[in-house]
Amino acid sequence: MKTTEKIAEKMNIVIVGHVDHGKSTVIGRLLADTGSLPQGKLDQVRAECQRNAKPFEYAFLLDALKDEKAQGITIDSARCFFKSKKREYIIIDAPGHIEFLKNMISGAARAEAALLVIDAKEGVQENSKRHGYILSLLGIKQIAVCVNKMDLANYSQETFEKIEKEYRAFLKQIGVEPKLFIPIAAFHGDNMVEKSPKLPWYKGPSILEVLDGFENAKNLEDKPFRMPVQGIYKFTEEGDDRRIVAGKIESGKISVGDKVIFLPSNKRSEIKSIEIFNVPSPKTIGAGNSTGFTLKEQIYIQRGDVMCRIDEAQPLVGPLIQAEIFWMGKKPMVFDKEYKLKIGTAKIPVHLKKIKKIIDASDLKKADKEIIERNDVAQIVLECAWSMAFDTAEAIEATGRFVIVDEYDIAGGGIISALVRDEQADVREQVQQREMKWDFSIVDAKERAVKYGHRPKLILFTGKVGVDKKSIAKEVEKALFQKSSKTYFLGIGNLLRGLDADVEKQKTARREHVRRLGEVAHILMDAGLIVFATASNLNDEELRLLQEVTDRSSLFIVNVGKNEFTGSVVDLNLSEKDSVSANSEKVLKLIEAQNLLSPSSDASIG
Amino acid sequence: MKDLDKLESQSVYILREAYANFKNLAMLWSIGKDSTVLLWLARKAFAGHVPFPLVHIDTAYKIPEMIEYRDRLALEWKLNMVYGQNVEALKEKRTYPDGNLDRINCCKTLKTEALRNTLSGAWTRYRLDHNLKKYVVDENKEPYTGVIVGVRSDEEGSRSKERYFSPRDKRNDWNVGDQPPELWNQFKTDFAPGTHIRIHPLLDWTELNIWEYIERENIPTTSLYYDRGEGKRYRSLGCYPCTFPVESTAKNVREIIEELRTGKFANIAERAGRAQDKEDGGGLETLRKDGYM
Repeated sequence: MKTTEKIAEKMNIVIVGHVDHGKSTVIGRLLADTGSLPQGKLDQVRAECQRNAKPFEYAFLLDALKDEKAQGITIDSARCFFKSKKREYIIIDAPGHIEFLKNMISGAARAEAALLVIDAKEGVQENSKRHGYILSLLGIKQIAVCVNKMDLANYSQETFEKIEKEYRAFLKQIGVEPKLFIPIAAFHGDNMVEKSPKLPWYKGPSILEVLDGFENAKNLEDKPFRMPVQGIYKFTEEGDDRRIVAGKIESGKISVGDKVIFLPSNKRSEIKSIEIFNVPSPKTIGAGNSTGFTLKEQIYIQRGDVMCRIDEAQPLVGPLIQAEIFWMGKKPMVFDKEYKLKIGTAKIPVHLKKIKKIIDASDLKKADKEIIERNDVAQIVLECAWSMAFDTAEAIEATGRFVIVDEYDIAGGGIISALVRDEQADVREQVQQREMKWDFSIVDAKERAVKYGHRPKLILFTGKVGVDKKSIAKEVEKALFQKSSKTYFLGIGNLLRGLDADVEKQKTARREHVRRLGEVAHILMDAGLIVFATASNLNDEELRLLQEVTDRSSLFIVNVGKNEFTGSVVDLNLSEKDSVSANSEKVLKLIEAQNLLSPSSDASIG
Repeated sequence: MKDLDKLESQSVYILREAYANFKNLAMLWSIGKDSTVLLWLARKAFAGHVPFPLVHIDTAYKIPEMIEYRDRLALEWKLNMVYGQNVEALKEKRTYPDGNLDRINCCKTLKTEALRNTLSGAWTRYRLDHNLKKYVVDENKEPYTGVIVGVRSDEEGSRSKERYFSPRDKRNDWNVGDQPPELWNQFKTDFAPGTHIRIHPLLDWTELNIWEYIERENIPTTSLYYDRGEGKRYRSLGCYPCTFPVESTAKNVREIIEELRTGKFANIAERAGRAQDKEDGGGLETLRKDGYM
């Protein structure tokens, strides 16, 4: 028995195209001609076809599921494997039927290279274009176009060149440059693995040769370091006292001793050790690894934060982004509805702020409408309920793309093209400076929290004048104080007549009052306290301002009476009709249920 | 990065996402090589700890050595070990070995049904008490909403259609035709009440990858996988009345890897020794739609 050599390299590829243009035949043929099929499988399927008096098709080979056979169309991204001399390929089949665009996207998103199949007789069809566009949005740059069924077009060079010209022109508009066009007749194996004598005018490589010419994903270690935090683990069994920041390094590399910053929360620390189970701790680690770190200073960070190196280019931070999205949801994307945006490990409430244009992906024409429907591609502005850290997809792919969740389902995917400057941009910069230069006590935050028995928090009560927010705030404070918490009631009037005495009582002064409230609360929280404050009639932007100054994760927002926020998310809504004691009871209950004040929890928001 | 490192990293990522998103999370441990690798990966993900229960469905027809191996590792690795069983059916002898059911329906009864009711908390769960070193009735009856399973896409056709995070409805049904999209390592982690999510961190691994990883990490496996002098070994483990060994003289992990690399089994399904797969023309798929793994 001959031992086959171990093939180290692997590549995920996807085969896309309009329905019935022959994707399954291309796959079936690749499997058959590279000897990757189980023995007798081909004969078995041929026999089955004969028995049922239907012509043999390679697609039947791939129909692993009964469902699929019944429908006669590929419904999901099945995976199959074949080998060339160079590497092992994993083909992710992606259905061409428009109904299954989300399956095509799920498949294609995992691919490093793509074959796009076009029927020589039917030419460029709607989904040939849509799939081309989606591949470009998914960031797949290695694409070869196979003009299939050349046998039905008499192996005509003219037909081939006509299709190449038309499709090349389309792809150019969306910035895609295919590696090359290959004439094939997959059913007969022409130009699949070997060059075909029936196409003497074609001088290029066969499909397998083209695939072998594609390159595996580039090394991401040269880009700035990014690691979305997946969790902060502390498992105390058997005296394990490590507090491990866990995540997958998406780009860059990092070493023990490097200074790090967590964004958007601006928390800083230093890498103390790299933790990998069952392996001696390395000194340096890079992109692609799921790993864990311990930090020198114990700070409050949370899932969703992005860990970055202080000495490198930082990601963008803000709530407002311009993006290109594709929509897969059964329900359209509409204005005035709260969705969830998932980027890295963060999950943030988001709403559609502006539709710049909706593009019919099949002809690139602009559609004029106010909703984004299933299978649409659109350029939009999204507004998150609070700031997030991200990159443009062009700079770093992994931190530049997101999905949108509608109720329970992922309904859209997109890539970020730019940060849009929002009203809080100035204050955000000021806060970044503040945090960068913050002079820390040698008592670290975590230590203080453990001693006090709780973590610091700003519990903010808002709502209209006259809903008696203050009484609720004071009741809750007293209850927590009696349980030995270090609390403080920060009366807004006390600030106005004191710290704010220099600010004139003009309309513009209100913003400064809010900013100073935030700054004072921030200091009190640095002192480890649970701060209670009230603010009447806060609007969305004022709340955003407070979120920037204090950090959303240290805020607990209670709204009393009708909730009039449009883009912001409050943690609790109370009715002004309920008694003060009933309302304070509700606040206390939720704090308890969410384990909000626990010094050991690193609970996330969202 | 090497191939095994990439696979490991992705699986660890998936396990951590599962842990972050599901309060009532459990991992199915069949005692086989795949789910044991999965268990090892969980220890990788959580710094040597396994922060969720491991659930085993004991059909009472498992090869005895499997149960012994399960309890030895559970004690050694301090696992939160839970098992469930179709006690009624066993009492009433509604099984294939008792001659009262065919293979498929025996699987449905002893595995699928037991699994469904163990996951939902409807039937008694038995938890390993590490002090007493024996199983006691588990007080926790809450349904598990996230269930981690060690299926691989290369094992068998229907498993190649899975997502990493795959929703199951109230009846445990799997709607193959209408699965949620999954892209860029963003998974379906939101789910309606009454439904649950199956999580598949090993989807991209092959049989060879599994053995290479077992070798690299020196993961303990049961000796059933190796030839013990009879020229036979098990390639896939299950209940003894329905599981048959393959012809092989591979005596250790290294020899299994060599054997797989020769392509000896390239044309023989890994589960070929599992008799239930062969019934009804699509045995495993029929079973999986009802909630089998």
